Amino acid sequence: MKFTKTHEWIAKVGDVYRVGISDYAQSHMNDIVYAESEADGSEVKKGERLGTLESVKAAEDFFAPIDIKVIAFNDILADAPETVNKAAETDGWIVEVEVMNEGQLDELMDESQYKEFLSTLE
Amino acid sequence: MEDLKRTPLFEVHKQMGGNIVSFAGWEMPVWYTSINEEHNAVRERAGLFDVSHMGEVLALGPDAVKFADHLIANSVSKLELNQICYSPMCNKNGGVVDDLLAYKFSDSKVMLVVNASNTDKDFNWIVSQKGNYDVELTNISSKICQLALQGPKAEEILQKLTNFDLSKINFFHFEELEFKNEISAIVSRTGYTGEDGFEIYFSSQVPGKMWNGIIEAGKDEGVQPIGLGARDTLRFEAKLMLYGNELTDDITPLDAGLKWAIDLDKDFVGREPILKEKEEGLKRYLVGFEMNKKAIPRHGYKIVEGDKEIGWVTSGTVAPYLKKFLGLGYVPYDKRKRGNIITIDIRGRKVEATIVKTPFYKKQYKK
Repeated sequence: MKFTKTHEWIAKVGDVYRVGISDYAQSHMNDIVYAESEADGSEVKKGERLGTLESVKAAEDFFAPIDIKVIAFNDILADAPETVNKAAETDGWIVEVEVMNEGQLDELMDESQYKEFLSTLE
Repeated sequence: MEDLKRTPLFEVHKQMGGNIVSFAGWEMPVWYTSINEEHNAVRERAGLFDVSHMGEVLALGPDAVKFADHLIANSVSKLELNQICYSPMCNKNGGVVDDLLAYKFSDSKVMLVVNASNTDKDFNWIVSQKGNYDVELTNISSKICQLALQGPKAEEILQKLTNFDLSKINFFHFEELEFKNEISAIVSRTGYTGEDGFEIYFSSQVPGKMWNGIIEAGKDEGVQPIGLGARDTLRFEAKLMLYGNELTDDITPLDAGLKWAIDLDKDFVGREPILKEKEEGLKRYLVGFEMNKKAIPRHGYKIVEGDKEIGWVTSGTVAPYLKKFLGLGYVPYDKRKRGNIITIDIRGRKVEATIVKTPFYKKQYKK
């Protein structure tokens, strides 16, 4: 699992990659009540808007961790967006994607680097 | 950056796991567990809020009531002693400087409770309106701690802490009473949640004793601390105004549907333009709406007709108790009717909504 400084993660699950937001990010958003992403096969470049999560208080965009093509949206979130709060880094994944350039994964942080990054934010 | 202010209970909030954010110049807990969970705790049981950031202005002197009648849109002279009114305080154009509660202690003592974000602005405005009235005005905000205990179990919990029979305090009335812990307080049956409950004002010297006392007393009833996040969603479901959202310097009480909270039979600052507006007909009106599909309207989003902006959203969220996608906003007066379809521009996406009855949530409780 790799992380971005904007708190998205990307991980290979079986044959596909999944993208979500980190547990740190969900805990700071509090109750997530709506999730959306245009999972229409379009390509999204690293750092571009991938979708929006909304908490009770605010709407927050999340971004493509690397260049990707969006294949599918996590249907569970349509009826139970709070799954992101309960399991941000597992069942609460947001989109399934195709990775355009696996080399870009090396530009991201691994779990321990991300933890260290978080410690600089407090 | 301006130094953030803290209420006397700041350390208590941190100890209890409050997630602290800056709000209107104050460091306040926005939630302890989750906004939805805290919201529903208040609807179903009871919640305790630290609202010490609110401002209190005391008007003392022979003209206190007369001055208050001049200053605010609702009538203080018509109140009984120990009664409270909600009122807009208007500027000379009839727009709203702030909304507040006026506590009538006697003909020579009135306390105004104003919004935290407006306390300094309000106090300056209030002093500027003093004219020749024989009244002394004091901003006592920093000396007062204010807690709100809200929810169906509120009375049961608070009653354990005093020998005074709280059932004798009617809706929008107050008493000065002593608690068993020897704290003297003003206790009113008021709130900002749409539930029964109390607001308690006492000396900022003894904040922890009162706060912890209520948390202890309400253990069996399931009382819990509530942050500002749920305070906002609770008031939203009950369509209680938030200054800066539903009310601004450019919005009149009539626009906001607050005709019930103004007394046009007496003179007050802003009355003339409001009378004129009433005569000429309103241009806009505050309505509640439900989204026709899942999408969340937010403060500041446009209400559109084609490409034309015809209004704006003042507040909106997924209502935690009702579990609906709801909003409040201003629309042209002739479009205000229930059942009308309006269109909200949600970050570039046009989504339809239906105007519905407000308040979204209304509970029957002691009045």
